[in-house]
Amino acid sequence: MRGSNVASENTTRNISVTVRVWRQAGPGARGQFVDYPARNLNPNMSLLEMLDVLNDELTVKGEEPIAFAHDCREGICGTCSLVIDGKPHGPHRGVASCQTYMRSFPDGAVITIEPFRASPFPVIKDLITDRSAFDKIQQAGGFITVRTGAAPEANAILVPKDAAELAMDAAQCIGCGACVAACKNASAMLFVAAKVSHMGLLPQGQPERDRRVLAMVKVMDELGFGGCTNQYECSAACPKLISHDFIARMNRDYLKASFRAAFKPVTATAGGGAA
Amino acid sequence: MAQLDSKIPPGPLADKWRRHRADIKLVNPSNKRKYEVIVVGAGLAGASAAATMAELGYRVKCFVFHDSPRRAHSIAAQGGINAAKNYQNDGDSVHRLFYDTIKGGDYRSREANTHRLAEVSVNIIDQCVAQGVPFAREYGGLLANRSFGGAQVSRTFYARGQTGQQLLLGAYSALSRMVGAGGVQLFTFSEMLDLVVVDGHAKGIVVRDLRTGEITRHSADAVVLATGGYGNVFNLSTYARGSNATAIWRAYRRGACFANPCFTQIHPTCIPVSGDYQSKLTLMSVPLRNDGRIWVPKRKEDRLKAPGEIAEADRDYYLERMYPAFGNLCPRDIASRAAQRVCDEGRGVGETGLGVYLDFAEAIGRLGESAVRERYGNLFDIYHEITNENAYRVPMRIFPAVHYTMGGLWVDYNLMSNLPGLFVLGEANFSDHGANRLGASALMQGLADGYFVIPYTIGNYLATQKPGSRPAPDGAEFRAAEEEVRGRVARLLGAKGGEPVSRFHKRLGAIMWKSCGMARNRAGLEKALQEIPPLREEFWKNVNVPGSGETLNQSLEQAGRVADFLELGELFCRDALAREESCGCHFREEYQYPDGECKRDDEHFAHVAAWEYQGEGKAPLRNVEPLAYEFTKMSVRNYK
Repeated sequence: MRGSNVASENTTRNISVTVRVWRQAGPGARGQFVDYPARNLNPNMSLLEMLDVLNDELTVKGEEPIAFAHDCREGICGTCSLVIDGKPHGPHRGVASCQTYMRSFPDGAVITIEPFRASPFPVIKDLITDRSAFDKIQQAGGFITVRTGAAPEANAILVPKDAAELAMDAAQCIGCGACVAACKNASAMLFVAAKVSHMGLLPQGQPERDRRVLAMVKVMDELGFGGCTNQYECSAACPKLISHDFIARMNRDYLKASFRAAFKPVTATAGGGAA
Repeated sequence: MAQLDSKIPPGPLADKWRRHRADIKLVNPSNKRKYEVIVVGAGLAGASAAATMAELGYRVKCFVFHDSPRRAHSIAAQGGINAAKNYQNDGDSVHRLFYDTIKGGDYRSREANTHRLAEVSVNIIDQCVAQGVPFAREYGGLLANRSFGGAQVSRTFYARGQTGQQLLLGAYSALSRMVGAGGVQLFTFSEMLDLVVVDGHAKGIVVRDLRTGEITRHSADAVVLATGGYGNVFNLSTYARGSNATAIWRAYRRGACFANPCFTQIHPTCIPVSGDYQSKLTLMSVPLRNDGRIWVPKRKEDRLKAPGEIAEADRDYYLERMYPAFGNLCPRDIASRAAQRVCDEGRGVGETGLGVYLDFAEAIGRLGESAVRERYGNLFDIYHEITNENAYRVPMRIFPAVHYTMGGLWVDYNLMSNLPGLFVLGEANFSDHGANRLGASALMQGLADGYFVIPYTIGNYLATQKPGSRPAPDGAEFRAAEEEVRGRVARLLGAKGGEPVSRFHKRLGAIMWKSCGMARNRAGLEKALQEIPPLREEFWKNVNVPGSGETLNQSLEQAGRVADFLELGELFCRDALAREESCGCHFREEYQYPDGECKRDDEHFAHVAAWEYQGEGKAPLRNVEPLAYEFTKMSVRNYK
């Protein structure tokens, strides 16, 4: 069935490709690339839909389908996490793996698909990794302590429009981990900086600003993420195009917080004000 | 027969919640830590409930099948969240939000629940702002609003086109704080596969670890399900691929009543289907209808012409023509059916003929491209990604798709199901939206239930349970439930048939869409009820689930979910057949006015249908909770 593009541009002819996929039976198991032909594909099909079809073919043949992480398939949940031809989330800027379409590949292409590779993101199976390290960083300080029911009237807090907009630029992070996968140091600086900046830019985030940045960076380091050496592969791979300027902002926050902490102790431990 | 006591508090509508809170039983602060509560799901409802109950001192265990609580599908909600703040001074009030919701739901929701939802809407905004949700702002620093599908006031708060994401991340941050503080124990990659009922009370769950296949039992003093809707029974929908009904379906099979399963919202503005490989449909958010104009050619012959070649005089802006007062902003069910109608007339656009134009030319002319880009840039980008078309130059093509389920597990005013100890929040319950949900009200309900209702009402139940009286997870009921889960997993893996799971899901979806989608009739529903059981039988005989149960196995996960959809689909059609009227999203072709609008039958159907499981192979029982409208007059919805 042909796609429903009316003003079809380059999307008329079906294509065939070879998919070179990382297969790994389980955590710690030895993995390898395996080639699969994928024939007669509608170019308007998404890359993940191509994998769906391939998996159904494998199932019918009695082989195990390729495990890959996916959920919303509209680029917002952050579940999909493929390295496509060496690039996290594939050839296009500002999209997630699930928003990559077969029309991005020429007929006859060999498409290499790997999991995000970073030691804090161990492979669970095939293309699925465990990114719970990101949750742990959030739990250390990625919040504003506000007990349900204790909030003041919303318009009592004025937030300048440009601050809100910049905070929103940072807050768009989908927590996919492409920044880590793209970084030769497996640094999580862009991810952490996005959260630190989002909250640090808002008046509501000020009381915990120092503690937040110290706690999140501390846990980030403990979990084995590397440092930033300013190559900005992270922002280039980011499906939400979050700017590496936020890393500089976090570094300033971190420096100031460390300086102040030297004179007046700031606890870097989690739990801000829990019961 | 189940006892359906809605437990609506007495007194005037506007005082019910306040009085109920004053009357409700409390749990002593030092006793709270003696109670364990299981929360399944961490979307808006689940995350906000888990965080808030942990803040109160309860010990919370939160289970999610995702790798992280932040992945829940609430994240994909685009447009906004309603609240009766009246910041625009345009005449909004709690009463007006309540009234709009009741009317929008076509008088099939409970007055008391809906009023409470409108009341706490204002607290939600306060809470979210304090958490740092970066809502859109005016230049003066105050919160901005926009008007949203079906509303004549501007009461919708938004964060670009990613409101659901920002609200979910707010709830996730609150949850993360409580995980860090030790108040919530978080179980990721953990799918609930059964509910455990002990002496008639919900006291635990059985869970499969999706990484290792390990099956474990967990007990608690109460179980809260916040597992979302069941729209994926249609296969193609705007839901995430993983969204499923297994938790609520297993609870139904354990005795919880399932209310109004046929109430399903079909969203008018989604990107049309392009091929049979398609795995999901993507929504183009409602606010686009604020500035976009919907049209099709007046003549069938023009439908394949490039839109720019169709003269203004040859275009039919059919919503503006049929509903002049609301125009392109009329409620979703009405807009969806109108789109279907013009396509049925042969005027649909695109190769499949199943599409209508959503045109921004007028808005771009009026506001300039950059203003349109600022408002909707991310949606235009998504559209471009999917279709390879530039909607700043050519109109978008849209078509309705399954988007939300108003039906769900039956709950009383305390959000407790007929099974004591089982609470159901958010989209998973049925209570607030009636037969149709208004735009920007799903986020409101999820957060209302989680932040501001369950923290009070769960105490009312727990106060009746002796601290420390919860059963250990090794009792007979727990072991039996685990055995059933293991048996089911083994049966799925052992079928070793010839067809992958997806083919059954597609076939079920095709039956559902055809017979029980936007329009339904007796013949079609009866046919569907004849087609689904053999399909289910074929599934159990001929499904092919490769691999083992001891590792991560996505085919197995999917198989279990589709097996449940194959049962739910039947109940869905049964409900649609039994409801011999049209109301909201439930459009029975036999019951319509000459102009094609819904013809309600208040005399016979002003009630909630709550289905009760009677055992394998037996027809379920249709219980009825009458809906009394004490404070509003049931009127015919008229958006003309």
